Amino acid sequence: MVKTADAVIIGGGISGAAIAYELLKRGMKDVVVIEKDYIAAGATGRCGAGIRQQWGTEMNCIFSKYSCEAFERAEEELQYEGDIEFHQGGYLMLISTESEMEQMKKNVKLQNSLGIESKLLNLEESKEIVPFLNTEGLLGCAFHQKDGHLNPFHTNQAYANAAKRLGGHIYLYTTVTGIDVENGKIKGVQTDKGYISTKIVVNAAGGYSMQIADMAGVKLPLYSERHQILVTEPVEPILEPMVMSFSLNLYCQQVPHGSFIMGQTGKNEPQDLRITSSWDFLDDMTSTITKVLPPLKNLRLLRQWAGLYNMSPDKQPIYSAVKEVEGFYVAAGYSGHGFMFGPATGTVMAELILGLEPTLPWKQLNIERFEKGELIIEPSVV
Amino acid sequence: MSGDSIVCRCSDLDINEIRGYIDQGYTTVEEIKRLARLGMGPCQGRNCIPIVMRELSIATGKPISEIAAAVSRPPAKAIKLGEIVRAFEEETGGAK
Ligand SMILES: Cc1cc2nc3c(=O)[nH]c(=O)nc-3n(C[C@H](O)[C@H](O)[C@H](O)COP(=O)(O)OP(=O)(O)OC[C@H]3O[C@@H](n4cnc5c(N)ncnc54)[C@H](O)[C@@H]3O)c2cc1C
Ligand code: FES
Repeated sequence: MVKTADAVIIGGGISGAAIAYELLKRGMKDVVVIEKDYIAAGATGRCGAGIRQQWGTEMNCIFSKYSCEAFERAEEELQYEGDIEFHQGGYLMLISTESEMEQMKKNVKLQNSLGIESKLLNLEESKEIVPFLNTEGLLGCAFHQKDGHLNPFHTNQAYANAAKRLGGHIYLYTTVTGIDVENGKIKGVQTDKGYISTKIVVNAAGGYSMQIADMAGVKLPLYSERHQILVTEPVEPILEPMVMSFSLNLYCQQVPHGSFIMGQTGKNEPQDLRITSSWDFLDDMTSTITKVLPPLKNLRLLRQWAGLYNMSPDKQPIYSAVKEVEGFYVAAGYSGHGFMFGPATGTVMAELILGLEPTLPWKQLNIERFEKGELIIEPSVV
Repeated sequence: MSGDSIVCRCSDLDINEIRGYIDQGYTTVEEIKRLARLGMGPCQGRNCIPIVMRELSIATGKPISEIAAAVSRPPAKAIKLGEIVRAFEEETGGAK
């Protein structure tokens, strides 16, 4: 293990890997990533890996469009030998209430003004995209073709490999146990495999980001919450888009390999670090999905699992330096949409750390916004 | 084990693909499972994971007892989504 570094990033998920890559790409030299398990072991490898640009705030539209375009280029730019399985079959957002319809109309207008070519569909048009969609109780759908999903393991690995190729050091199965702060400045990071001196630490530890901040004496206004997900046996391709609905509480996709992956927000999910599975989720999820997409009742369940959403008060990430500790940076609190922001996270944090001009509107995502009451309210979040 | 032998029947992976990942430097079942989509079929890896553990043991020189198997995910047997719904409705009389 190296003894000194220009920056130590804690967490080898999509955030940590993308931040390392973007820092190295901009010329930083000794960049280290510390990961307690393996690449994508956290939320990244447990997530739906859906990416959408159908958002209700300008900021989120810009971040997600930037990231989508980066995913489109990723295999080439990152020189990945594998397949990140980017499938742009669109997101079909089911609308089932009048107020949701009003919101979607506003969203589509905003999205269109930012170059996102989403549109509203009537039920007939929706059925052209998903012929077996049960439209009972639906008023229409919003659709954007360039949304889609990726393979989270390979996408995360692609960033990690690219960072290594640029000279980054990635230490797997290595746990950060302490952060050394002296006179309000970062001095180093203690791990179970050795000590690294550094002036910069980036907290990209996902659901564990509060614990990491504690090590530096910093309190983050975040909490973690379990979210469950399941996968079926693979079958012939029948579903092109990601089907999602806020009002019906569901998302469902068919991955290129043929399996269906689906999830929803549970009623009483524990808000700690537990990632066990529950029967409730299976009952609720299967009854929800078989109503909306009836043929799915014939699919066999393969596995279920869970991961952590890292929640912030306004359900937007924190991309920030921390006043109290010079050299300590936070990239966490994605509140369930941190995978699709991955490329933006890398760019934002590199610009922030290196003091570069922002190419994305990240300044409003600093940690002080909570104290100042400048919350960013996104109307269309799961 | 010779060239083309199938390791994971559920995902159609042969020994060369597995050795390819090991050559790239992956040393744990969890990593190979996710990248190669191995052990994720209806048999839940019962057939293939022991073979991968043996390969990793040979490659790393560690005894099999020190190679961790993958976390096993519920359920142990594949049931249809519709059957889960039906069982649930029978149990609760459909009430929620
Ligand atoms: C069920 C589910 C579905 C989701 N679906 C989507 C979706 O469709 N689209 C989307 O955009 N987002 C989705 N998300 C959210 C998304 O998964 C996360 O926002 C994103 O993966 C966060 O990435 P990260 O790199 O910040 O965190 P993580 O991937 O959690 O990475 C943090 C890493 O830090 C490591 N770590 C923690 N503590 C330490 C320590 N002390 N020392 C060393 N390492 C440590 C962990 O092992 C972990 O690997 C979903 C999440 C869940 C749970
Ligand atoms: S043989 Fe590999 S999962 Fe069944």
